[in-house]
Amino acid sequence: MIGLIDANNFYVSCERVFQPRLEGIPVGVLSNNDGCVIARSPELKSLDVGLGTPAYRLQALQRQHGIELVSSNYELYGDMSARMRAVVDTFSPWVEPYSIDEVFARFDGVPDDELETHCRRLRQRVQRLVGLPVCVGVAPTRTLAKLANHIAKQMPAHRGVCVLRADGEATRALMQRITIDQLWGIGRQLVERLHLLGIHSAWELRNADPKHIRRHFSVNLERTLLELRGIPCLEMHDGNDTKQRIMTSRSFGRLTDDLGDLREAVRQHAQRGAEKLRRQRGLARAVLVFLRTNRHRAEHVQYNPSTIVELDCPTADSRLIAAAAGHGLARIYRPRHWFMKTGVMLLDLIDAERQQLALFDAPGQAVERERSERLMATLDALNHAMGRGTVHLGMPRGDAAWHLRCAHLTPRYTTRWGELLRVQAR
Amino acid sequence: MTDLTPRRAAMSPTPQALPYPQVRPRAGFSGFPSPAEDYEERALDLNERLVKNPAATFFMQVEGDSMIDYQVGDGDTLVVDRALEPLPGHIVVALVDGEVVVKRYEQHHGRPQLCSGNPRYAPIPLSDRDCQIWGVVRAVIHEYPV
Repeated sequence: MIGLIDANNFYVSCERVFQPRLEGIPVGVLSNNDGCVIARSPELKSLDVGLGTPAYRLQALQRQHGIELVSSNYELYGDMSARMRAVVDTFSPWVEPYSIDEVFARFDGVPDDELETHCRRLRQRVQRLVGLPVCVGVAPTRTLAKLANHIAKQMPAHRGVCVLRADGEATRALMQRITIDQLWGIGRQLVERLHLLGIHSAWELRNADPKHIRRHFSVNLERTLLELRGIPCLEMHDGNDTKQRIMTSRSFGRLTDDLGDLREAVRQHAQRGAEKLRRQRGLARAVLVFLRTNRHRAEHVQYNPSTIVELDCPTADSRLIAAAAGHGLARIYRPRHWFMKTGVMLLDLIDAERQQLALFDAPGQAVERERSERLMATLDALNHAMGRGTVHLGMPRGDAAWHLRCAHLTPRYTTRWGELLRVQAR
Repeated sequence: MTDLTPRRAAMSPTPQALPYPQVRPRAGFSGFPSPAEDYEERALDLNERLVKNPAATFFMQVEGDSMIDYQVGDGDTLVVDRALEPLPGHIVVALVDGEVVVKRYEQHHGRPQLCSGNPRYAPIPLSDRDCQIWGVVRAVIHEYPV
C-alpha cells in the first residue's frame, strides 16, 4: 500500500509552531515580491479570500477581521519539511518527497489490519515531534492515495487518516460522493468534457470503459481510471500529474563526494525542470535542492539536506532557476560525504498567463521578462530542433552575491542562530 | 550563440571553495601522514551530545531572569526536544496565553503547574489556563563574553 502524507495548510502551520498567537485567527502567507496570498489558514479560506489575492485588497478585511499577513519564509518551510520527512522515514522503508508539504511512503510489510493504527501513530508522531498537523491517505495506488488523503482532510469523521481499498462497499460509497474535479490530474476542461459523457463522480469514471476513455481523451486519463480501480499505473516521475510542482532528480551511477559532479547534476536538473515548466506555461516562485547519501551504506555518514531558494520574481528562465539551484547546492554541500542522488524541485508554480503579475512589475521589468521569454523560446527551439542539450548553461558561481527580498519575513527560527525563537523568562 | 549563455558556459563547472574550516588534523611537514588521521572521524561532536532527536530538536533564546535559580539565564540558548515526555522536574518550554515561556514543570498535591525559578513570579496551574507544553529543555548553553 502507498500512503500520501500531507501537512494541513503547511506554510501557515509552520508559522504557528513558533507563533502560537496565530492559532485560530485568519492567517495569510504572502509571496515576497508580488505581494499576493500564496497560502491560507482555514479561517482565511472561510472569509473567501482566494489564492493569488493581492495584499492591498485585504486592507479592509484586515481591519475588520484582524487578518495576519506574513511573508513566505522558505528557509523555515524547507527545514520543517525535512523534519517531517525524517519522521515519516521512521515509519516506512521507502519515502519519496512529492512536494514541500507532501510525501509518498510505502507501507509494504505492514499487516493490513494494522495499517490504520500505523498511520495514526505516524500522524501523532509528526504532530508531536515537529508540531505539524498532517493527514494520511493510504491506498493501493497513488491516485487512490491522493483521493484518500483528500477524504481524510475533508471529512472530519476520519480524524486525519483514511485507508481506501480498491473495492468494497465503503470505497464505493466514498467514490460516489467524490466529484471528478476533486481527482488528481483532472483539470476544468476535462471535467466539462466528462460531464458531457455523463461522468460526474469518481465512481462513474472508475467504471467507464478504459479503451473508450483512451480513445476519446488520453492515455493519462485511462491511467487515472485504472488507478481508481486499484491498478498501479503511475510512477513517481511520470509527467502526468498536475502542475503544482516539477521534480527532476536522478541517482548517480556511483557515489560521489565531488562538488563538481554535484554542480553539473544540479545544473542539468534545473535546466530540465525549467524546460518542463515552460512547456506547461508556468512560472516558479522557488527552487528546492536536495542531496541524498545512500542509507544502505551504514559505514558512511548519512547526510540528507535540502534547502529552498526563493526566486526574486516568478520565472521560467533557465538562467535564474539554475542560478538559484546552484546557490542552494552551495548552501547544503559538505565535503567528505558520499552522495547517491541529487534533485531539483520547482515550487509554488503559477500560470504564466496570469496577468496580475504585471501589476507588481517594477519599471523595466516587463521588458526584461519579455527578453527572457524570447531567449528561452529560442533555447527551447534550438534544443528541440537539434537535440536536447545543444544549447545549455554554464553554472553561475555558487558564491556570487545572492539577493533575497524578505520584506516582512518572520524569523528563520531553525536555520539562523541570530533568529532563534525568543522564549520568555519573565 | 555566445549571447545565449553566460560567459562561463564554455568551461566545465569549477568546484568552489566553501567557507567551511578544514578540520582534518595534519602533521607539521608535508609528505608524512599525520598520526591523528585515523582518529579524525571520532572527533567529539556537540550535536551528538546535545541533540538526541534531530527532527524534534529546536534551539531557542531566553529572555528574562525568571529561571535564574535553575541556571537558565537571560540570553542563554535552550536545546528543546519535543520527543521527550514532560515529567515533573523537567525544565519545559510552554505556551501560556499565546506566549512562549520557559518554566519548571512541577506537581503540587497532584496538580500540575508551571513554576519559575525566581520568587518574584507566581506558579501557573496548568489546568485553568490556556496552556500547553511545547517541548522539554534538554540542555542550556551559556556562552561567556570572551
